[in-house]
Amino acid sequence: MISIFIKRLFLAIPVLLAVASLTFFLVKLAPGGPFDADKAVSPQVLKNLNEAYNLDASEWEQYIDYMSGILKGDFGPSFRFPGRSVSEMIATGLPVTFELAFYAILIALLIGVSSGVLAALKRNTYLDFIPMAIAMIGICVPTFLMGPLLVLIFGINLEILPVSGWGQLPGDKILPSITLGFAYAAYIARLSRGGMLEVLNQDFIRTARAKGLTERNVVIKHAMQGGLIPVVSFLGPAIAGLLAGSFVVETIFQIPGLGRFYVEAAFNRDYTMILGTTIFFSAMIVFFNLLSDLAAMWLNPRSRDT
Amino acid sequence: MKNFSLLALFFLISCSSNISPVDDGLEKQIFHFGNGSEPQGIDPHIVTGVPEHHILISLCEGLTIPNPFDDGNLPGAAESWQISDDGKEYIFNLRKNAKWSNGDEVTAEDFVWSWKRILTASLGSQYPDMLYYLVGASDYHTGLTDDFNEVGVKAVDKYTLKVNLKAPTPFFIGMLSHYSTWPVHKNTVLKHGAIDDRNGEWTRPGNFVCNGAFNLKSWELNNRIIVEKNPNYWDASQVKLNEIHYYPVSNVMTEDRMFRAGQLHVTSTLPSQKCPIYIEENNPDLRIDPYMGTYFYRLNTNNSVLKDVRVRKALAYSIDRRLLVDKVTKCGQIPAYSFTPPGSNGYQPETLIPFDPKLAKKLLSDAGYTEENAFPKLEILFNTNEDHRKVALAIQQMWQQNLGISVELVNQDWKVYLSREMVGDFQVSRAGWIGDYEDPNTFLDLMRPNRGNNKTGWENLEYDSLVAQANSTNNQNERYRLLNEAEKILIENMPIIPLYTYVRNYQLSSDVKGYNPHILDHHHPKFIYLERE
Repeated sequence: MISIFIKRLFLAIPVLLAVASLTFFLVKLAPGGPFDADKAVSPQVLKNLNEAYNLDASEWEQYIDYMSGILKGDFGPSFRFPGRSVSEMIATGLPVTFELAFYAILIALLIGVSSGVLAALKRNTYLDFIPMAIAMIGICVPTFLMGPLLVLIFGINLEILPVSGWGQLPGDKILPSITLGFAYAAYIARLSRGGMLEVLNQDFIRTARAKGLTERNVVIKHAMQGGLIPVVSFLGPAIAGLLAGSFVVETIFQIPGLGRFYVEAAFNRDYTMILGTTIFFSAMIVFFNLLSDLAAMWLNPRSRDT
Repeated sequence: MKNFSLLALFFLISCSSNISPVDDGLEKQIFHFGNGSEPQGIDPHIVTGVPEHHILISLCEGLTIPNPFDDGNLPGAAESWQISDDGKEYIFNLRKNAKWSNGDEVTAEDFVWSWKRILTASLGSQYPDMLYYLVGASDYHTGLTDDFNEVGVKAVDKYTLKVNLKAPTPFFIGMLSHYSTWPVHKNTVLKHGAIDDRNGEWTRPGNFVCNGAFNLKSWELNNRIIVEKNPNYWDASQVKLNEIHYYPVSNVMTEDRMFRAGQLHVTSTLPSQKCPIYIEENNPDLRIDPYMGTYFYRLNTNNSVLKDVRVRKALAYSIDRRLLVDKVTKCGQIPAYSFTPPGSNGYQPETLIPFDPKLAKKLLSDAGYTEENAFPKLEILFNTNEDHRKVALAIQQMWQQNLGISVELVNQDWKVYLSREMVGDFQVSRAGWIGDYEDPNTFLDLMRPNRGNNKTGWENLEYDSLVAQANSTNNQNERYRLLNEAEKILIENMPIIPLYTYVRNYQLSSDVKGYNPHILDHHHPKFIYLERE
């Protein structure tokens, strides 16, 4: 497994270099520039700004300059926020995004796995239908609707939770974590139910029961190990998606995470910020996919040999 | 399961806060301010936006400050000033008790150095033209001279600043309340970089030094900026607020919910769909204040169809502005019949744009467009925004109904929209302009030839000459007469179609006192305090 891990890490390097190169030229192709504004700047000012950010150099010179910078870990200055470096902004937003993703995935796993397993065990009863119906709602209702709905109920009407913020008021992390976690809980519930149903009908479960193990032991020790493999495989892309796709929840709840920087950088044509966040999120996606593959291998010995 | 539910409920309730930030703020004089978006920065010579202004007005102070009770300006860092008879020389007497937040004295030399900084080309400031009215300023900025002594700003002594202008500029005092003319602390800036360093870290908490009523306390990116009362401010006894918390809430719905939940004292704006509801409900927190801005459509006069003034007039005359503000925008906007908002520092434009579909139809037919020779399809370009779409849909409907013109709506991402406007790749495009200072010149100067923000391709030498003449006379009545003549030419030629005059709509807690309406939306925080009746 260690050799697979190292091999996959080395493979990630050309992937990330390709992402960086492609993004570098793609952002330059997008119409509009970082200094276009409603109040147009004079040609003289534009010239000064381009000089200040090395945008007057040729595309290839800029590319080589940028790539040699990122190899040294320098993502350059933000064009939108003078005086701030991209690395600094990523470092500022990242802990918040990680924390939000952590709570969300925790909620998703707690709700998703327990309701999925329960639904599989009590198949075709109301303990199956109700959680699965709720899961379907969770999949169908987008976070931009779920978030304001929860805010309306718990923040405005019941007045028991703050409607926005992150770490400023007591309890302000609850609603965003639930909003983001609920959508993933729904997927996990359905995956857990499907995986468990498949495993529960297999011979080794029948054998375990025949040996006289308690139902609790059968489910926890034998069925869940195999039944949750689809969930584990889903977790890698899910965590990467949570990190890169938390923009909507961050905006609704006014959370200072990386997702907002990412999307706003694209709108502002903040070239270095777009590049920095894209490379960073790509690395996250590669890393979490690798982790999830390794976890699935560990759970399923057969796949280690293939 | 039951126990778990009870535990969860207990957890939720225990998390709730008994006192909202607004109530807490009232007790501690902490003003919670919805500030739109994350500010670019707080270097007054580099930033350009409105959220930046809201923060800077608490941190730094120019020679004058906006008057919250009336038009015009009050003394700021300068306690008085004298203007020469020809209106070209200004002598500012600085306050002897004015101090930087680190306790240093604010001197005339600080202003000279600060103005040198904004005119330093390599700094890449986007507002150097605010000082182009000074003798030699544009030459220094554009590199025609590298001797700053040739620029019309001098420190006569420690507390006396002499400014020489190229022409009498009656709005110069008003311009000084714009942040681009505010001073920065030389030693602090130079400690963290050169005079032209855009990326110097002097604006960070702990480093930042300025001369305003508040000090920078903390700055959490995309979360909150906190400023606290500056004990070294010359008028600190007048300042009642202890802190201001600025929240960069870019989502208007989130901001509205924050206000309703008692997390904000003031919002930066209002969701447009909620405005008519709040008006109907007589919401006591709703504020609709006058604002010096015009919403208009630019017409590309280089376009083969729109180069004919009769076509441009036909388009303008077939728009029912009253209907537009009553049924579409619905938030107190005022129909615009001139480019300059009426009443800007006493200026009343005398132009009129009739709503006359018959005349419009006739103008179009005079231009050669009849049933046999149908008018080609017209495109309205706007940046992606639901409010702009609604206005464009209404205009599309009016032009189709009143002129029989087929109109296509084209929405684009903000930067694509800007770049298409800049290169003239449009027929009709939506636009808005907010005045930088309280004078009609901030609007009429825009449409002069070679101005980057003209964007219509329209040039008129008579118009240019009238605006130039107006800006060289020291007699305000004569100035306004000349500007009015220029405005008539503009409306007669119609390179732009004014639609409505903006208003500032937002929500303000009844606890906030001293936050008076201001046509430029400038609110000096030393006049603001929190009190519950």
